[in-house]
Amino acid sequence: MTTPVTTSGNGQDRPVILEARNLKKYFPVTRGIVLARVTGYIKAVDGVSFQIRAGETLGIVGESGCGKTTTAKMVLMLEQPTEGSIYYNGQDIYQADEAGRKEYRSSVQAVFQDPWSSLNPRMRVKDLIAEPMVINWQLSKPEIRERVLELLQEVGLSSYHANLYPHEFSGGQRQRLAIARALSLNPKIIVLDEPVSALDVSIRAQIMNLLKDLQSEYNVSYMLIAHHLATVRYMCHWVAVMYLGQVVELAPVKELFDNPLHPYTKALMSAALPSHPDTEQEEIILTGEVPSPLNPPEGCHFHPRCPFVMDQCSHVIPETKEITPNHWVSCHLY
Amino acid sequence: MATANTSEAPVLKVENLRTYFRTRWGEVKAVDGVSFELRKGETLGIVGESGSGKSVTMLSMMRLIPIPPGRIVEGTITLDGEDLLQLSESEMSKVRGSKIALIIQDPMTSLNPVFTIGNQVTEAIRIHQDIPKRSVMEKALEVLRKVNIPAAESRIRDYPHQLSGGMRQRVVGAIGISCQPLVLIADEPTTSLDVTIQAQYLKLLRDLQQESGMSLIFITHDFGIVAKMCDRVAVMYAGKIVEVGSVRDIFNKPSHPYTEALLASVPKMEEDVDRLYAIEGQPPLLHDLPVGCSFADRCPYVMDRCREEYPPEFPVDEGHYSACWRLA
Repeated sequence: MTTPVTTSGNGQDRPVILEARNLKKYFPVTRGIVLARVTGYIKAVDGVSFQIRAGETLGIVGESGCGKTTTAKMVLMLEQPTEGSIYYNGQDIYQADEAGRKEYRSSVQAVFQDPWSSLNPRMRVKDLIAEPMVINWQLSKPEIRERVLELLQEVGLSSYHANLYPHEFSGGQRQRLAIARALSLNPKIIVLDEPVSALDVSIRAQIMNLLKDLQSEYNVSYMLIAHHLATVRYMCHWVAVMYLGQVVELAPVKELFDNPLHPYTKALMSAALPSHPDTEQEEIILTGEVPSPLNPPEGCHFHPRCPFVMDQCSHVIPETKEITPNHWVSCHLY
Repeated sequence: MATANTSEAPVLKVENLRTYFRTRWGEVKAVDGVSFELRKGETLGIVGESGSGKSVTMLSMMRLIPIPPGRIVEGTITLDGEDLLQLSESEMSKVRGSKIALIIQDPMTSLNPVFTIGNQVTEAIRIHQDIPKRSVMEKALEVLRKVNIPAAESRIRDYPHQLSGGMRQRVVGAIGISCQPLVLIADEPTTSLDVTIQAQYLKLLRDLQQESGMSLIFITHDFGIVAKMCDRVAVMYAGKIVEVGSVRDIFNKPSHPYTEALLASVPKMEEDVDRLYAIEGQPPLLHDLPVGCSFADRCPYVMDRCREEYPPEFPVDEGHYSACWRLA
């Protein structure tokens, strides 16, 4: 798989701050307890490359088991890649020394899907938000307190919330707390793992707007993991579509939605729910389910479910090609 | 809430349903005066956020409200000419699963892990249908094939954990339709499924409905499901239906500020939206509802009258009603 290098000539490109090259994560499958033998590998992520630019959002879309969460975990350094590397400001983070890693870890933060389980119920809000700063920064208590209040205001809460516990907040407010905590160290990248899907519809727009405002204020980049395509369209600048551990299509958001190329992307879009009863949708209903990543199909992983399958799809792995500037797709049709 | 007059009598008619719960904060009016009708072969969407009372409405229809702390204070639920609220528990268990059936959200918890698929699909058939023992299994296979379970003959001996999420939800669907119900209630049937599996499942439900002519009620928070599946929509807020109408009326001419705001706050896949409209604030607490309209505090058009008196339903169009003082 070649590395997609996004080089558009409009001169408005922002600098790349994070680049993943050919990332792979294989989980061994073992048999037996005492004399465990490795009988196979689950190829959760199998050769994924992408770039994240300063102040922009990369969306990663795919169904469960496609490897999007494992990819995010490798970006967060919570999983060691089996192969491949992640470059942050041009430096390979897995080759960096301890100080370099520590700096990387504080500049890449995360907000998770479920604000009911991602906040420690036994900590007051002020301690929750201060925790990353206490660990990473040598600040005095009044300085930390001031920063906590500033952060609470930034995410639309008030200073009296600082003394409460997480259970005293609604879902949307808790997600605001999680965002304040992620922002506390002035990160350059925030990984957002389904940040609004656990929230009520009327609250989702509040949180999405807040995230967009914070992005333009702090020039922070987001890596957004989502399955809801409309959310991705609203939030992202770039979108990578993943299927069975591989990126099958990568493009700027408008290009991807206006001109989807990969049959899987097209199927995802036709399966997405319409925003109006009169919306005309191409009806591509995929048969079957996502195959097991333990034993993915030969050739193109998507070929058993693909409506446009050809002979070569079942044995030749398609290369990633740049069809139009910045629009990358892995499919034999192109 | 009233609906347009049609010659055909409704299959299901809910009138002035009130279900309250006693809690330590006081009485929670989870469903507070809900009325709607459902005609044969029709799909009704009940849309609302958590705490709007949509699931309690559904549980009241199935008579599955835990009593205490809950109680159905008043109302009638007329299904096929009989009031479900007047039935005894044993009479109700004959109706439940045969005339009115339910598909709930999470197929992981709605199937019993220690019984086979076959056992669970045949349960409803054994209870409700008077057919010889030998043919019960055949009937179960027939239902499983109807919901497109591949290799149903071998799957029928599997346990739930051996099936994928999409497959499990199909099994739950099979149990739901096994006795040809008049009304099938689907409570967020696809929220735990992946997008492409969701599309398969919705298509399946539509095919089954066309074949049997049953009526469907979708309980959902997702306007996308409504747009794709429903003929009519009832929008709920804080225990009341605030607007009801045909799916096109609701999408093209939302007349209640809450419906309007909800629709504007959903991002669209088909177009670029620069900034979403966000409804400020939170839904009110159900044990401490304001006097007057429950949406008043979040409403951009709020008037003095809204805080004094709850608005009655005003007709917007034929079959389209909205409870908002702006229409007075």
